[in-house]
Amino acid sequence: MKYNSVFDIIGPVMIGPSSSHTAGAARIGKAARNLLGSEPTWAKIHLYGSFAKTYKGHGTDLALAGGLLGFETDDTRMAQSLVIAEEQSFHIQFIEDSAATDHPNTARLIVGNEKDSIELVGISIGGGKVEITELNGFELRLSGNHPAILIMHNDRFGAIASVTKILAKHEINIGHMEVNRKDVGKEALMVIEVDQNVEDSVLHELENADHIIQISKIVS
Amino acid sequence: MFRTVAELVEIAENENITISEVMIRQEMDVKNKSRQEVFDEMEKNLVVMEKAIEDSLKGVESVTGLTGGDAVRIQNYMKEHTPLSGHLVMDAVSKAMGTNEVNAAMGIICATPTAGSAGCVPGTLFAVKERLNPTREEMIRYLFTSGAFGFVVANNAFISGAAGGCQAEVGSAGAMASAAIVEMAGGTPQQCAEAFAITLKNMLGLVCDPVAGLVEVPCVKRNAAGSSLAIVSADMALAGVESRIPCDEVIGAMYRIGKTMPSALRETGEGGLADTPTGRFLKDKIFGMSD
Repeated sequence: MKYNSVFDIIGPVMIGPSSSHTAGAARIGKAARNLLGSEPTWAKIHLYGSFAKTYKGHGTDLALAGGLLGFETDDTRMAQSLVIAEEQSFHIQFIEDSAATDHPNTARLIVGNEKDSIELVGISIGGGKVEITELNGFELRLSGNHPAILIMHNDRFGAIASVTKILAKHEINIGHMEVNRKDVGKEALMVIEVDQNVEDSVLHELENADHIIQISKIVS
Repeated sequence: MFRTVAELVEIAENENITISEVMIRQEMDVKNKSRQEVFDEMEKNLVVMEKAIEDSLKGVESVTGLTGGDAVRIQNYMKEHTPLSGHLVMDAVSKAMGTNEVNAAMGIICATPTAGSAGCVPGTLFAVKERLNPTREEMIRYLFTSGAFGFVVANNAFISGAAGGCQAEVGSAGAMASAAIVEMAGGTPQQCAEAFAITLKNMLGLVCDPVAGLVEVPCVKRNAAGSSLAIVSADMALAGVESRIPCDEVIGAMYRIGKTMPSALRETGEGGLADTPTGRFLKDKIFGMSD
């Protein structure tokens, strides 16, 4: 089921005016920030469908920028987020894209800094709830219902086992897991939804495991 | 976990508990939290709703100037006149519109189930409160009952205007409020479902056609429609009126109607009221351009 909590329906507490176009957009921005794992200095954001048609009226641009700055949905600085970004020399570009998408509220975010960059696609499915459907070219379905760990790794035998062994040692239960690769022996992505937030010390341990390239986490 | 309204009502009847109690127990189970934690979290939402209504009664105006001030206008009217539709209905209408006026002004609200439809549930709650004098716990339960029905709609259809039109937003919100009113007034779980079905049936086909793509016109007044209908449907259900089409089938119809709705009428600001001479004029005036 897409929605699993009453607080998906009664909530979130948010700055208006639209749960899909404002609160949901802020959450997509925040997810991108978390996945980048460091302070972004630039972003290129493609907007599709209803996002592209109505983003100015709904403050979708302000909300995406706010999320990228780490704001929650009820942060009163939301209306000033683009000014705040500019003050921090964080450059954000919005592109109204006419390409067809499966969902009417879709955004593609390419976010980075001097060290790193990521590309993700997020959809805002209603009432402030979002899903991440693509990360760095990998298709995935990240609901945000649970905390998650995203692990970029090399497609080698033992990579998955080395990760799950560490999680088992720390008594962390896996609720949902998927593995996706670009080609045999190339880069691969492991998405693991867990029941509790994972400590940074565990993430460090995972980072040092065999064949692991990069790790990020999403807090639910 | 309940998936349909029929299952929700069945659990409530079998265990001889209210709809709100079914929702509370499920939330405790899913999130592995205590009753107190779940109640406290919901009370925070209630506090936000109360504050938004208070703010609106001081008078607010959106950045564009398209909306604001109507909640106060109606409250003033009620002081000097006896509203034809009755005090309770107009009080709910004023508080629902007020919540959405605050939303349009980029104030803080609680989405129920969405921001564009955030007026119906709190608007009716704080109006019905004056008549039924509920305890704080009963007010929090009102939100759990609303949430239980919204939960079914969200998982079986949609709650966003971009996906399913306004029927999915204000339609769902008004229907959720109807069910919650029935429980607060002492109705049965089945009567909650009847009230929900009656409201949603009368919102079927409602399109999402915001002028200039803004959550202002007609959204604020649609919350007035949703909350007044919610009270009327609740009274009908409490009187014993039943929906000939079962609740889950009404939700299914809403889903299929939304699926066939053209995108111009699903929150793109391209059709309906947005595409009237005045709608286009306002858009040009606000954004200073035409496309």
